[in-house]
Amino acid sequence: MARGTFEGGIHPYEGKELSKDKPIKSVLPKGDLVYPLSQHIGAPAKAIVAVGDKVLTGQKIAEAGGFVSAPIYATVSGTVKAIEKRRLATGAMCESIIVENDGLYEEVEFKPLKPYDEMTAEDKIAAVREAGVVGMGGAGFPTAVKFAPKEPDKIDYVIANCSECEPYLTSDYRRMIEEPELLLEGLKIAVSIFPNARGILAIEDNKPDAIAKFKELTKNEDKISVKVVKTKYPEGAERMLIYACTGREINSSMLPADAGCIVDNVDTLCAVCRAVKEGRPLMERIVTITGDAVVDPRNYKVRIGTNYRELLDDAGGFVKEPAKIISGGPMMGFALFDLDVPTTKTASALTCLTKDAVSEMEPTACINCARCVEVCPERLIPKNLADAVEHNNEKAFLDMYGMECCECGCCSYICPARRQLTQLIKGMRKIQLGKRKK
Amino acid sequence: MSDMRRVSSNPHVRAKETTSNIMMWVVIALLPTAGFGIYNFGVDALIILLLSVASCVLSEFIYEKAMHKPITVGDFSAVVTGLLLGLNLPSTVPFWIPILGGIFAIIMVKQLFGGLGQNFMNPALGGRCFLVISFPAIMTNFITDAYTGATPLANLKNGVEVNVMDMLIGRTAGTIGETSMICIAIGAMILFALGIIDYVIPFTYIISFVIFVGLFGGHGFNWTYISAHLAGGGLMLGAFFMATDYVTCPITPRGRFIYGLILGLLTGIFRIFGANAEGVSFAIVIANLLVPLIEKYTIPRAFGIKRNAKKEAKKA
Repeated sequence: MARGTFEGGIHPYEGKELSKDKPIKSVLPKGDLVYPLSQHIGAPAKAIVAVGDKVLTGQKIAEAGGFVSAPIYATVSGTVKAIEKRRLATGAMCESIIVENDGLYEEVEFKPLKPYDEMTAEDKIAAVREAGVVGMGGAGFPTAVKFAPKEPDKIDYVIANCSECEPYLTSDYRRMIEEPELLLEGLKIAVSIFPNARGILAIEDNKPDAIAKFKELTKNEDKISVKVVKTKYPEGAERMLIYACTGREINSSMLPADAGCIVDNVDTLCAVCRAVKEGRPLMERIVTITGDAVVDPRNYKVRIGTNYRELLDDAGGFVKEPAKIISGGPMMGFALFDLDVPTTKTASALTCLTKDAVSEMEPTACINCARCVEVCPERLIPKNLADAVEHNNEKAFLDMYGMECCECGCCSYICPARRQLTQLIKGMRKIQLGKRKK
Repeated sequence: MSDMRRVSSNPHVRAKETTSNIMMWVVIALLPTAGFGIYNFGVDALIILLLSVASCVLSEFIYEKAMHKPITVGDFSAVVTGLLLGLNLPSTVPFWIPILGGIFAIIMVKQLFGGLGQNFMNPALGGRCFLVISFPAIMTNFITDAYTGATPLANLKNGVEVNVMDMLIGRTAGTIGETSMICIAIGAMILFALGIIDYVIPFTYIISFVIFVGLFGGHGFNWTYISAHLAGGGLMLGAFFMATDYVTCPITPRGRFIYGLILGLLTGIFRIFGANAEGVSFAIVIANLLVPLIEKYTIPRAFGIKRNAKKEAKKA
């Protein structure tokens, strides 16, 4: 059953001490704000403003482009300067709304859909949908869709993913320490949507103060409990976390709801609370600016759309020219070739490292050491999968469950021959997913 | 775009361990055994070990140079091969034996099949088997100044009494590296502690071998007899240092278990029913050949995949 952990996984250098003890700092954007229309999984949002329009803080500037989609809100007041393609952290170009900040921060009036006590489950989901809340841990799956599974009464657990297993990141941790009530309230709202659900706060055992705090807060809650999970990467991966909390296994073609679970990230639940109780759309998130190349690594409360460069400047810039800049953490993040990229709903961190471990090492011959097999949380044989990709043997790749890979990167991390295992497997998965769509 | 930076696909960090430092640890773990071999058998043993290592490293270097391949001598894998080959030779062999063995191990067994990671059998054992088959008299000449000529295992086969304590310390006849159980255990402990080798292969090997010998050895589960089998030949060196050779053992967890069983079974058959007293080298070399097959049938089911998922998918 639920053992609080999973098989495999790795223990990379955590780097959390750089930023974990500093309080969250709010920053106001100075330059233009960029709102990519695709900050989530699903159809891109559709712009509903035109160039030259005046917008207010909290005004909807793009509406959901379909069922699996999310609206986007302006996070400052100002003028729409352009609607054009801009580069995202992933390297892709995306149609974006650019707003010139007038520095006044005039807000629209926020009011909840209904008083909280009168809200039904549908009202709550509608409020979350309207607020544009998406999974803020990285995937960006629209939360309202997640909250509306086919059979809501079969959901047994809503799991708040407080494990934050990604190295260097402390944004969820700071949120848990500074605004625990907000997170708890968000979780309670999520639990209340499902008739038979219980809430679990899954916290890694390297955050004892957060565990103590939530144990205290949930002392008198009968539907919410704290589950201490083992500190290990990728504990916070959805499939691993469900297994660690409930002992249930799901594969790549199943949704957490198939195992009776809903998993939400810390920031997401906070946004859910704001959306349902106050009617505030998703406008801000916590971003960790960290790495050994940064003068003052810390967490920021950021208005979504703010340029990464502004955050970095506030953190004092670079101690030393970084060898690599990553949007997100070192295991799952995207390397940036240019800092001129906006923060989005899913931007959790900017990690600046003085050492680029990847380019220092050339891949060498595999020695079949089986370390990749030992660390793979999905029980795959990464070595064989990578070989199949190199030989372009699609059948072998599929037969050996290649599509089950969660791209966590453990195999590439551990490989003593420095093979690009995850990268090879990921490439083939993209090809196969593309074929499925056709 | 003045400050374009280097990008790569995630993950962006790597563990510290590399192929060359893993190989270096294996060399370090073999040093107690080598040291005791030199102490036990004298300066000839030292010369044989050095010649064997030099022969392996040079063969690799010359082959790669001649074939215009990248030079990979720096990964220490040829040093490990050379050391293991030397430890598997008697101290009485003429000095051309380790040289010839090293050349065969590296060129024939390793490089011709594509170099590191591609060889289908353990190069050191391939080299040793080549020598044993070609020069049987030289390769089983265990006469030294200090001890009687036969190895404990040969004595056991011929019904001569053996001393278990001597075998633990290593004051017996045998190849340079196989005599001292204590030194081999120290080396194995280093590798276990660093997580370089796993427990499955050596222990399934040893346990299945003990059961086989107990059932078919003709002495039942007699403690002295079994411990003489365990400590009197190359079993321990083979189980901890050669059966666990990454390249030639299965990568799948279940496969490793099966591989260990096959090793125990084959070693038992060779030792009890075979003409030679020893059987570890041949057992490992033959089991090496079965590895691709074992791997093919032991691919684990991925996380979250149900037992009959494939059959159901076919039906649907």
